[in-house]
Amino acid sequence: MTTHDHNPNRRKVLECMTWAGTGVLWTVAGGVPTSLGIIDGALAAEQKGFTFLQISDSHMGFDKPANPNAKGTLEEAIERVKALPAKPAFMIHTGDITHLSKPSEFDDAEKIISQAKLDVHYVPGEHDIVDLEIKLYKERYGRGTKGPGYYSFDANGVHFLGLVNVANLKGGGMGSLGDEQLEWIEDDLKGRSASQPIVVFAHIPLWTVYPEWGWGTEDSAKALGYLKRFGSVTVLNGHIHQVMQKVEGNVTFHTARSTAFPQPAPGTAPSAGPMKVPADQLEKMLGIASVTFKQNEQRLAIVDTPLKA
Amino acid sequence: MTGRIARLALAATIAAALTGAPARATDTAVKISNFTFNPPQLTVKAGTTVTWTNEDDIPHTIVSPPAIRSKALDSDDKFSFTFTTPGTYKYFCGLHPHMTGTIVVEAATGDNAPR
Repeated sequence: MTTHDHNPNRRKVLECMTWAGTGVLWTVAGGVPTSLGIIDGALAAEQKGFTFLQISDSHMGFDKPANPNAKGTLEEAIERVKALPAKPAFMIHTGDITHLSKPSEFDDAEKIISQAKLDVHYVPGEHDIVDLEIKLYKERYGRGTKGPGYYSFDANGVHFLGLVNVANLKGGGMGSLGDEQLEWIEDDLKGRSASQPIVVFAHIPLWTVYPEWGWGTEDSAKALGYLKRFGSVTVLNGHIHQVMQKVEGNVTFHTARSTAFPQPAPGTAPSAGPMKVPADQLEKMLGIASVTFKQNEQRLAIVDTPLKA
Repeated sequence: MTGRIARLALAATIAAALTGAPARATDTAVKISNFTFNPPQLTVKAGTTVTWTNEDDIPHTIVSPPAIRSKALDSDDKFSFTFTTPGTYKYFCGLHPHMTGTIVVEAATGDNAPR
C-alpha cells in the first residue's frame, strides 16, 4: 500500500512507463471517457482522479510463435502496474485470462496478477469457459455473480456492470448477452440517476467492429438502449487484441490491448488468428489501459500503454 | 489426446462392425484453418467417420446440438465423429460461432447399408 504521492520523479516514471508499456489506465471524469495522450495521462495522474486499470486477454497457456512467452509478457504488464505512481483503485480484467481454461493456466494467471496487490474484477472470455459448465471460471471468480458470471458494483460514485457475452453462443452468430442477462441489466439500471457515470465491461466488443470475424455482440443494441438516458457511459472490451475507440452520443466504446499476442486489424488478414510480428515489435502491440475519473469533468480519461513504445 | 483419438477411432471401428458397414475408405477429413471449416459442406454416406483437425494457433470446437459437442481442440488436435443417422448436421465453433459448416449424411445403400 505504498503511495507515491510525494514522489518528485513521478513525471519521469510515467515517461519510463511509456517506454516500457503495459495497459489501459482509465480516468473517469464526470461522465464520458476520453483517450488522452501519454503526457495528458501523466497530468491526469498528477491531478489525483479516481483511477482504475484494465488488463485483458492474458491467454495463460498460449505458447505459439506469435508469443511463446505469454506468461513473461503478463509479468511485465503487472510490473508496469506496480510501478504506476498513483495506485489505481482496482483492476478489471476483460477476459481470456487463460487460453484453454486449464486449472494450471488459471493458477498461473492468479499467481502473476495477484502481484499487483489490487482487487480485480473479472469477466470471462470464451477461452475461460471451454469447460461448458463454466465450472473452473465460476469457482474462482464467480462468487456473488449471476448466470454465467455477470454482476454490478459501485465505486466512487461510478456504477460498474461486468457482463458476459461469451456463453451459449449460437451458430452463425457473434457474442451474445441473452435475454436473462438483458432483463437483469434493465433491472439493475432502474431507478439510477441519469447523471451517474456508468462503466460497462465485457469481453467481446459491445459494438459491431467486424461481423465477418464475429467481432460484435448481436443483442447489444438492447443493452445500449437501457443505457441511453445516462449522461456518461463507457464501454470497455477486450477480445480483439488491439486498441479501438468509438464515440456514439454519450457512449464511448474502447477496446484494450492483449498482454499476450496481437491480432490483425479487421479485414487485413485471412482470419483473426494471432499475428506474428518481428520480436522487437511484439511488446509495442501488447499492453494495459488506465482510466481516471475526475469529478466535474466531462470525460473519462483513458490511457493505453504498450509494454514498449 | 492421442489416446482419446485412438479410442474414438476404435469406437468408430466397433460401431462400423456392429452396423455391418465394412471398414471404409470413405472416412473423411475436415481441416480447420484461418477460422474456417474446409470443406465447409460435405456429403457422406451413413457410417462415415469425419475427423476434424485444427490447424490454427487458436482453439476451436465442433458443436452441433444435440448430437455433437467436442472438447476444445488446441493446435493440431483432432476430433472424430461417426455419422450413423442420415440427416443434415449444421455445426459451428462454440468459441467463434461465425465459423459454420454442414455435414449431409445420406442413407447408405446396398451392402453398405447400416442395419
